[in-house]
Amino acid sequence: MAYQMATPAHSAHGAPRAHPSWSPYDNNGGTCVAVAGQDYCVVAASTRMSTGFSILKRDSSLFLQLSDQLVIVTAGFQADSRTLHKTLQTRYVQYQFAHRRPMSVGAMAQLLGNTLYYKRFFPYYTFNLCAGLDAEGKGAVYTYDAVGSHERVGFSCQGSGKDLIQPVLDNQLKAASPLVLPPEEWMTSLPLAEAVDLVKDAFVSAGERDIYTGDAVEILIITKEGTRKEVIPLKKD
Amino acid sequence: MVASGPFDFDLCSRNAYLESKGVKPPRLTKTGTTIVGLIFKDGVVLGADTRSTSDTTVADKNCEKIHFIAPNIYCCGAGTAADTENVTGMVSSALELHRYATDRESRVVTAMTMLKSHLFRYQGHVSAALVLGGVDLRGPHLFTVYPHGSTDSLPYATMGSGSLNAMAVFEEGYKEGLDRMGAVKLVARAIRSGIFNDLGSGSNVDVCVITRGKVDYMRNYEYLMDKTVARETPVVYPPGTAPVLKEKRWKINSTRPSEAAAGGSAEAMDVS
Amino acid sequence: MLPVPTSHSPALGPGCAGPSLAYASASTRSDIAPPSAQQPCCGSEPFMVDPSAAAGLGLRRHTDTPYVTGTSVLGITYKDGVMLAADTLGSYGSTKRYKSFERLAKVNDATVLGAGGELSDFQYIQTLLDELATEDYCADDGMQLTPREVYAYLSRVLYNRRNKFDPLWNSLVVGGLEGGVPFLGTVGMIGVHYTDKHIATGFGQMLARPLFRERHRPDMSEEEATELLHDALRVCYYRDKQTTNKFQIAKVTAEGVSVSEAFALETQWGYQAFVNPAANALGTW
Repeated sequence: MAYQMATPAHSAHGAPRAHPSWSPYDNNGGTCVAVAGQDYCVVAASTRMSTGFSILKRDSSLFLQLSDQLVIVTAGFQADSRTLHKTLQTRYVQYQFAHRRPMSVGAMAQLLGNTLYYKRFFPYYTFNLCAGLDAEGKGAVYTYDAVGSHERVGFSCQGSGKDLIQPVLDNQLKAASPLVLPPEEWMTSLPLAEAVDLVKDAFVSAGERDIYTGDAVEILIITKEGTRKEVIPLKKD
Repeated sequence: MVASGPFDFDLCSRNAYLESKGVKPPRLTKTGTTIVGLIFKDGVVLGADTRSTSDTTVADKNCEKIHFIAPNIYCCGAGTAADTENVTGMVSSALELHRYATDRESRVVTAMTMLKSHLFRYQGHVSAALVLGGVDLRGPHLFTVYPHGSTDSLPYATMGSGSLNAMAVFEEGYKEGLDRMGAVKLVARAIRSGIFNDLGSGSNVDVCVITRGKVDYMRNYEYLMDKTVARETPVVYPPGTAPVLKEKRWKINSTRPSEAAAGGSAEAMDVS
Repeated sequence: MLPVPTSHSPALGPGCAGPSLAYASASTRSDIAPPSAQQPCCGSEPFMVDPSAAAGLGLRRHTDTPYVTGTSVLGITYKDGVMLAADTLGSYGSTKRYKSFERLAKVNDATVLGAGGELSDFQYIQTLLDELATEDYCADDGMQLTPREVYAYLSRVLYNRRNKFDPLWNSLVVGGLEGGVPFLGTVGMIGVHYTDKHIATGFGQMLARPLFRERHRPDMSEEEATELLHDALRVCYYRDKQTTNKFQIAKVTAEGVSVSEAFALETQWGYQAFVNPAANALGTW
């Protein structure tokens, strides 16, 4: 009679089978959006921090505001995100000591990319946007993957509500295809007020359907005058 | 070949095997859910939230989780939406036939027994977690039925991903001999606790009060939150945004089918 | 001066005892190539995580699962400061192994620490904090770590240990008073940390937090705060099988830190409807 043998707890060469009983990563949710305009940049992020089916905190910020012209916003694993922010904040200060001027968006964008790639084989589980105004005063948005691949875009969305919001932005802020020759302006021509309105609507809608987006959305509006902040409540369920 | 009996779980092992080889099973709509029930002086109160989820997106913002079983019995369902709907529907229809045959009011314990024997036979593969409540000749009853077929008879019960949040409220607020008003308030509070603390639960509060000879099904008893912002500059697509490339018109025959049947060659229905 | 024993290796980060240099470098060993563009000056491979941890994978597994554990810790802010609450059970699996284990500990005159999870790791964390306290004491300038500093420090310790795949298996709650303002924060085993007006770890997140969200106000009186914690603890006792009816409450106010004697809560098991629930189910099995 054939009995079903239990799966051996040890592999053939005797070493215990490695099955990690804990994970070094967690997903704490949250969504962020950035839209670059001709003379502004709108950056927004939801404030709910969750794990699994639980809400940990209703008013956590995803922002690292480096200056009134430069901000980084990060969704994903909170512990990695905070560590990344601490590193970048330090490097931002060191840069200013070394170069006697604030870091440009482009420089910070490259530094963020390098910092992420530095952890290529034990990545920061973070999804970043780097946004601000560039040297010409135009809006700049850089979008990243977890290991540092990045590009400059006219608008982007990261985090748990990405799948819901990104197609709407694509539709509403129609960027010209990068394949079009001669190259066309890819930055939105939307006036600031309408861009903010669009971003608010995107978050309210994502809050309806994404369980990790809710409670409130913080909106940073970056212009050459500086940064203004708005907080809009979202549904709390 | 060895007879494997009336119930055969070959397909379950096949599915598990395919999954272990990386085949993705279809994504099922879960009810996420906070569902509760509470016995009070004169009857039973059932409560449910109205969110159903598919993974981490909301599939339905205002679904019904309190299902009809019999005129004096209702049942809240958590788990896979299809399983809860079908298992309650099957029991409901069986009880309907039973009432035709016996001309007696259905008993809650009958519904509970039918549910548990069905679920037990499927060894947990029918994933329905239920809170069953009703009033019959023996008075008010409340049961929980687990997906594997075990049951519990309780004065207050919760199920679903928000069950702990709701149970916290019950354990804190339950008192002996609650009246109808107090019971409905406590149930709504328990559901709200699930809605606001559990991400699998959300939207509105449904409440169903069953007393002797009367059912008060209060769909969307509480509407909790509206969208917080309305678009100031809504996108308006002017007529002609989508260009007309080709146009063709048909004349639609306006003769009604019944007229056609009456005057045509169609056979008259056999009503003998 | 005698070398002070320390668990803060400059090479391995906070919460790790070890050398001041993680890797032998060309300056100390001749068989190592001098730094170049391809070889970082620390002497390690580019992108290497931690050689000692990598070498030990598959051998040292006793930190993979917790052994003696504590369950939820609850914390709320109130008018005069912060209150933390926890039961006193150290579970060994499902066994009630240690029934009077104090999971709330005074850190200094303005800070308390509560811990759930692996209790030996909690005791190790206490020795880390003791080392810091000793350093503060030796400086003799009257300075102590603020609650926020303790919280920030612990978040780095736990995160650093998760980076080494050797986590401290704890959920910690730090409470304190900082310039008259209540502080309440929590740190998890993989480094997730946040502050809030009320906090609960483990099962308490599901059982106590809903009650806190309904009833908590930052301007609660001490009586109200105590009552809220009692109600939350009672619910945890009813519904978390790892909780016993033997609790402690720690308090941080302007008067300082106090950790209460252990006490039991009154519970209710005698509801009529509980007496014979099977009476409801006549005719089934």
